[in-house]
Amino acid sequence: MRPAHRSSCFPQLGLAACAIALALQPGCKPGGSSGGSGGANPRITIQNKGSDTMVNVAQVWAEEYKKIHPHVDVEVSGGGSGVGIAALIKGTIDLASTSRDMKAEEKALAKKNTGKEPREFVVGHDALVVYVHKDNPLAEITNEQLADIFAEGGKITKWSDLGVKLPADRDVIVRVSRQSSSGTYEFFREHVLNKRDFKLGSRDMNGSKEVVELVGLTMSAIGYSGLGYNEPGKVKMLKVSPKAGQPAIEPGVATTLSKQYPIARPLLLYTLGEPTGELKNYIDWILTDAGQQIVEKSGYVPLRAGTSKP
Amino acid sequence: MTEPNSATPAPPAFAVRAAKRAAWAVVGEKILEALVYLCGFSAIVFVLGIFLFVFKEAFPILANDNFSLTQFLFSPEWYPTSEVNKRYGVFAMIAGTCSVTVLAMVIAVPFGLGAAIYISEFCGHKTREILKIVIEFLAAVPSVVWGFIGLTVMSRLIVQYTGAPVGVNMLNGGIILALMCVPIIVSISEDALKAVPDSYREAAIALGVTRWQLVWRVLLPAAKNGLLAAVLLGVGRGVGETMAVLMATGHAVHIPNSVFDSVRTLTANIASELGEAPAGSDHYRVLFLIGVLLFTLTFAVNLIADTIVRGIRRK
Amino acid sequence: MNASTGHAMFGETPPVRRKLRQEALAQWVFGAMAAAMIVPLLLIVGYLVVRAAPSLNLEFLLEVPKRGMTEGGIWPAFVGTLYLVFLSLAFSAPIGILAAVYLNEYARDNWFNRVINLAVINLAGVPSIVHALFGLGAFVYAARFGYSIISASLTLAIMTLPVIIAATREALASVPRSFREACWNVGATRWQTIWAVVLPNSISGILTGIILEVSRAAGETAPVMFTGVVFFKAVERGDLFPYYLNEQCMALSMHLYTISTQVPGVKESIPFATAIVLLALVLMVNAAAISLRVYLRSRKKW
Repeated sequence: MRPAHRSSCFPQLGLAACAIALALQPGCKPGGSSGGSGGANPRITIQNKGSDTMVNVAQVWAEEYKKIHPHVDVEVSGGGSGVGIAALIKGTIDLASTSRDMKAEEKALAKKNTGKEPREFVVGHDALVVYVHKDNPLAEITNEQLADIFAEGGKITKWSDLGVKLPADRDVIVRVSRQSSSGTYEFFREHVLNKRDFKLGSRDMNGSKEVVELVGLTMSAIGYSGLGYNEPGKVKMLKVSPKAGQPAIEPGVATTLSKQYPIARPLLLYTLGEPTGELKNYIDWILTDAGQQIVEKSGYVPLRAGTSKP
Repeated sequence: MTEPNSATPAPPAFAVRAAKRAAWAVVGEKILEALVYLCGFSAIVFVLGIFLFVFKEAFPILANDNFSLTQFLFSPEWYPTSEVNKRYGVFAMIAGTCSVTVLAMVIAVPFGLGAAIYISEFCGHKTREILKIVIEFLAAVPSVVWGFIGLTVMSRLIVQYTGAPVGVNMLNGGIILALMCVPIIVSISEDALKAVPDSYREAAIALGVTRWQLVWRVLLPAAKNGLLAAVLLGVGRGVGETMAVLMATGHAVHIPNSVFDSVRTLTANIASELGEAPAGSDHYRVLFLIGVLLFTLTFAVNLIADTIVRGIRRK
Repeated sequence: MNASTGHAMFGETPPVRRKLRQEALAQWVFGAMAAAMIVPLLLIVGYLVVRAAPSLNLEFLLEVPKRGMTEGGIWPAFVGTLYLVFLSLAFSAPIGILAAVYLNEYARDNWFNRVINLAVINLAGVPSIVHALFGLGAFVYAARFGYSIISASLTLAIMTLPVIIAATREALASVPRSFREACWNVGATRWQTIWAVVLPNSISGILTGIILEVSRAAGETAPVMFTGVVFFKAVERGDLFPYYLNEQCMALSMHLYTISTQVPGVKESIPFATAIVLLALVLMVNAAAISLRVYLRSRKKW
């Protein structure tokens, strides 16, 4: 047909070629993903995966570390403590961030798969805070009451059961929880519900932030999330007493460090075997005051009091 | 294809080159055609591959003694990570998927049909083009953006205007899903209405009917199969939608009693838990089994819709 | 006629008036239903733009997220989306176009080809989350690509294949049969006819399909979430080639999801601005497809 048209077939092929060229441009990833290395600053990637609770602080670490060591890339992804541990067991990542301990059988599995013993680093703490709507008159709650609200078979379903007066159509407690198998969910289950299961029908949010946001929008809601997710002016943090009759403790950095606040947990990093090279530098840096300041600024509890003061 | 000139003896070199080139071209052509055939069959390979892979990952759980298919389908108890008693019942999520989809259809079908009727019977050419473009835009909005709208905009509106205790609920998900399903309902219904022969319209108008009567008494009955297909495709879209319902429905394992209850859909459940289920664990396999369920469900819906549409085209 | 109506015998009688009223009512009702789809779209987009306004500038696009994603821009996510889109296009465009050529030019109407048609339709109907399961099982684990850009874009490619097949088929089918016959009559083979006549005459339609594929791929979240998109990656501001193909990347859709559900203390306007960028990207791409189609239709001579 018309020759002009024949040539018009090629832009499309060109487009595909461009796409491939664009995609292939950076070439191949140099060397291993971590560990020691020689040469003038080869690009190094540290793969960090795990807890959604820690993903924010891990992300700021990655960001700040890149400023000091531009050749080190830290890839941060969330998904949950379980995912991080599973990936570590498979040996596909360098660093697992978790908000719960690795179980003994997980450690054994990692040893079996990779031949290396997982090494644990405590890099901070997190207080799990019970949030209610800002207009809720409740100020404190006991561990038993929490279990009665959240656990399967628990008897508290209405705010009036707690002696709280809310408008009649807001009396039913809206439980805001996390999706099963997030570290936060497991920790709450273990330490507050005593390993019992949750009542079905809670709103299981996918992110710690979503919990606080939903509680902030819902007058009759109660939910748990990390200390770092507090949104003053929208939600209220409840004081928690470990047992009925004992004084209720306000969640905060000081009470967590002094181990008074009952629902607190360590933030952990796991590596396969003793870390070396850049990975070791990275973890060492996290444990310095600079890294710990980031922990506190992100709303968590640092290892030592007063790291954020100059 | 150049014809050798028969009046002059063909120069041997040229003939040889032409023959060689033809041979090269023939082989090249064969290869290209083989490639075309291969790509043509690829769709089957992919669909089968999807089913087989998802099924393969799910299969070991079916052989597991602790797992019962009846419990999976008919128990509302979903405790995939329990430390005391793991239970994998998705009944509440099936109920959630169904209720949100039905609600979305209750909203989307009248509006979708109305809009399709308006586009095909009532408006002028210009308006029609504009409306069609808007509908295409509506169809293009990514589902995560819809979810974001449900989470931030709709949930506040619902709490404010209906007095519902929680803003992320079945109503929210239903409205969002309705907006997502409307484009497909409109475009397929409009095709169905267009397929009604003009002689029907002319006969009716000659009898002096109003356009309302024309639509109600003539077009809708004549196009009912196509409209059914449109609704079914809408259902298929609704059942398969993930991100929007994940963000907008409140994600509670709960068999809903009213439109203000939060629900969880099958798709949203996979999306929220897949990332955290260690590969190879029972939890992971059950999620793949939900995938098999979804695949089968949408496959059936699409198959029926397609059969209907094909029937219309043949007419 | 009743004399009291006063008009001549061709005036409006009550039944006629009733009919006209009915007619007007019907038009109004259906018009309102059509409008009910447009108004929400406009309101929503308007609201998003207003809320996003403080962050909407070029700087937002080019800057990287800062301070735990609570400030800064969206560059890594934007580039990541481009990577995923173009790479998935590189896989799906050739396969999709050739598949459409097969279906439209080679396939006879027999049961086997009906099964292929059915497969295409069902491929389009498979829920995105099932594609994600497939991508995870097939590319991440079985093919050992791991969580990577390659896994994610292959998943996207399969998912968007029906878009390209459908558009290309339509474009090929619109080339009149007489064109092909003319070409066959001068002795061209089937493939030569396709290459020299059919494809050049349907190139704009094929391009429309490719553009629609881009729009679809850019907006998807679920399939890439489990196959290769990461929460955060440190990237240089404005760097066009920050990712390796065997690494994970960020993506706009996933970024919107994470900052609106997981990251605390994000500046109010940032999620809205991210939504607007994603929406604008997709709608602009669609607008390009639509205008191409309109232009094509106006130019078509047969």
